[in-house]
Formats: sequence, C-alpha cells, structure tokens
Amino acid sequence: MSFNLTFIGQMIAFAVFVWLTMRYVWTPITKAMEDRQKKIADGLSAADRANRDLELAQEKASQELREAKQKAAEIIEQANKRSARLIDEAKENAREEGERILVQARGEIEREQNRAKEALRAELASLVVIGAEKILETSVDAKAHSEMLDKLSAQL
Amino acid sequence: MAGESETLTAGSYIDHHLTNLTFGQLPAGTRPGQDQAVWTLAQNGHEASQMGFMAIHVDMMGWSLLLGLIFFVMFRKVAKNMTSDTPSGFQNFVEMVVDFVQDNVKGMFPYKNPLIAPMALTILVWVFLMNFMDLIAVDLLPAAAAVVGEHVFGMDPHHVYFKVVPSTDPNITLGMAFDVFLLILFFSIREKGFGGFVGELTKHPFSHKNPVVQTLFIPINFVLEFVNLIAKPVSLGLRLFGNMYAGEMIFILIALMYSAGPALGIFGGGLQIVWALFHILIISLQAFIFMVLTIVYMAQSFETGESH
Repeated sequence: MSFNLTFIGQMIAFAVFVWLTMRYVWTPITKAMEDRQKKIADGLSAADRANRDLELAQEKASQELREAKQKAAEIIEQANKRSARLIDEAKENAREEGERILVQARGEIEREQNRAKEALRAELASLVVIGAEKILETSVDAKAHSEMLDKLSAQL
Repeated sequence: MAGESETLTAGSYIDHHLTNLTFGQLPAGTRPGQDQAVWTLAQNGHEASQMGFMAIHVDMMGWSLLLGLIFFVMFRKVAKNMTSDTPSGFQNFVEMVVDFVQDNVKGMFPYKNPLIAPMALTILVWVFLMNFMDLIAVDLLPAAAAVVGEHVFGMDPHHVYFKVVPSTDPNITLGMAFDVFLLILFFSIREKGFGGFVGELTKHPFSHKNPVVQTLFIPINFVLEFVNLIAKPVSLGLRLFGNMYAGEMIFILIALMYSAGPALGIFGGGLQIVWALFHILIISLQAFIFMVLTIVYMAQSFETGESH
C-alpha cells in the first residue's frame, strides 16, 4: 500500500473522465431533458389555451342559441299577430260584403216590386179600358183617351 | 482460496489479498543477481515496497479505467440516442441519476459553472462502480487472475497479486481528491483573486481592527486555515479509502472462516450475506458523500462573501 504513480494515473484518469462526461454525456442529456421540459410546458399551455377557446366557443354557442330562440319566439308572436289581424280583416270584409249583398238584394227586391206594381197597374188599366169598351160597346179612340188612362193608372 | 493450499496461513492469505499487482522500477540489487534497476512486475510485497514511487498498481489502475469506461460508454450510449420524447428503458434510469445529481448541485452550488455538475455525476457513478467491486466475492476475480497469470503469462500463481476494489487504494481516492483540491485552489484564486485567497487564509478566524494586532494574528490564522484547507482533500480521499478498506477487510476475514470447519463456515456464510447487504448501503453512501463534499468544496471556493 505504497504511495506511487497510481496517484498520478488516477488524477489524469479522473480529469479525463470528467472532461469526457462534461462534453459527451452531461451536455446532450441535460439539453434533451430541458427540451422535454419545454415541450411539456408548451403542451400544457397549449392545452390551457385550447380549454379557454373551448369555453369561449361554448359560451358563444349558448349565446347564439339563446338569441335564436328569442328570435324564433318573436317571429312566432309576429306571425300570430298577423294571422289574428288577417282573420279580423277577413271577418270585416265578409261582413261588409254581406251587407253590400244584402243592400243590393233589397234594392233588387224593391225594383222587382216596383216593376210588378207597374205591370199590374198597366194590366189593370188595359183591363179597365177593355171593360169600359165592353160597357160602352163603342170603340174608344185609344189615342184620345190614353192620357186619361195614364193618369188613371198612375193613381192606382 | 483459503484452505486450498496447506502452506497458506491466515496471515499470508490476508497479505496476499492486500497486495497490489505492481509494475514498477525495481532498484538494483533487490533480487539476487540483479545488478541494475529494471521495470518489472513485483513478485511480492517486499519488492513492491522497494519500487517506491516509481511504480503503478496495474490492477487498481486497470479496474479504475475499466469501470470509468463502463460508466462513460453506458451514459454515452444514452446521451447519443437521447430523445426529448417519452423516454424508455435505460434512458429513464440515466435521467433519474442525472436529475438526482442536478438537484444536489442546484441545492448546494448556487453559482454558474459548467464543470461542477458533470464532475458530480462522474464521481457518483464512477465511485459507486469502484465501490461495487467490493460486493463481488473476494476470491473470485483474484483466483481468475491467478489462472490467467499462470497460463497466459507463465507466472507463479502465488505471485499473482490482484486487488479488485480501486477505492481501497489510497492512491486512487487521494488522486481524485487531489484533483478536487486543485480545482478548489483554481476556483478560489479565480473567483477571489490571489489577494482575496491569501486574505482568506490569513484574516480568519482571528481579526482585529488594529493593524499591528492583525499582523500578529496572521501566522496563527495561516496555520489554522492552512490545516483547514489541506484537510479537505485528505479527509475526502481518506474517508472513502478507509470505509472501503475496512469493508474489504471484513469480507476477507469472513472468507477466512470458510477454511475453519463447517460450523464456522456456515456462520461465515450468514455473516457474509448480512455484511454484503449492509455494504450495499455503505458503497452507495460513500459515493454520495464523495460527490456531496466535492460540490460543497466547490461552492466554498466560489463563495466571495466574508461569511465565516
């Protein structure tokens, strides 16, 4: 167990191995480990970002949905109003039309009545004339008496 | 191989296990008929000690380099195929280790330096692997080495000394600690300036407003602080060495029991399991402590505030 050149040899060997380790082992390993750390950190932050985006998108989607529902409700209400209005209008129109038809019909009836009265009157006049002729047994000049007859028929 | 040879006593068994395979310059006259210094493998402990500083523990150095290479190749393979996608298999394990080291460095070393963390990783894994050799049966690799030495190199198998736990050699642990010490000096001087570094050694722990008294304090401070400074690498290296050496010693002593009859052998087997389980804790802990202390020393050398 003497003190000898082994000491120097180990000193050199140690220095060489430390240098080799520093140059060829430590640097690449720690670099890869740091890279991985960075990668993981990036991945985590990307996941965070994605989560935030997802939340935003969900919020936006629900908002849009809410708006759409509201709009639909509005449209339905409008449609209801419109249909009610249309029904009212139609009712009004029908009523007016009915009244108009009624008035017309009444006019027609009156006219028919008048015409019938006129016809009856004329018939009566001619019957009266025929009767008078029969009574008188003479021919009556129609032209001479027509004015009188017209007056008579108008009084009927 | 306790009990294999009748000439092998407990003492020589332990001795054999504690002697390194040493290659060095054998001074002239150590072996009979040798008239000049030669570079050779030591045949025994005596020859190894004769070689003095001009020798190298081939087994320790070899295992140290091999384990270092295993560490480097393993981690390099992962680093090459590193993906920042989902990791799988061995990459998970490597990342766990790297993460662990990074956490420790961040917690104890609040400065920016590209060297500290890789050095901490190297220490943790390499020292752990070196310590781990302690858990391989004490006789397995030395016996294999004896066979290889006998048949491949034509050596006397009894003269093939082979230790397998590099961290039981103070040369190895102190070598690393001394590198750390050099870095302490380098970073201290770089961060604080030479004046600041010297000031740190001479102005604490005793200081006085009066410049004359302060001057008197300088040698006392220097002695105290210098011991403090030197203690760092020495304690760092010797702590690891001491723990691992003691652990190996206990394994060797337990192994001796196998040659002392069936009753003691079975008892030894139980002890070995217990000690091995306990040793798993020690080897991890010592690797971790070596790493933590290195980081702490580095942080201290970066510290420019007057906070002690």
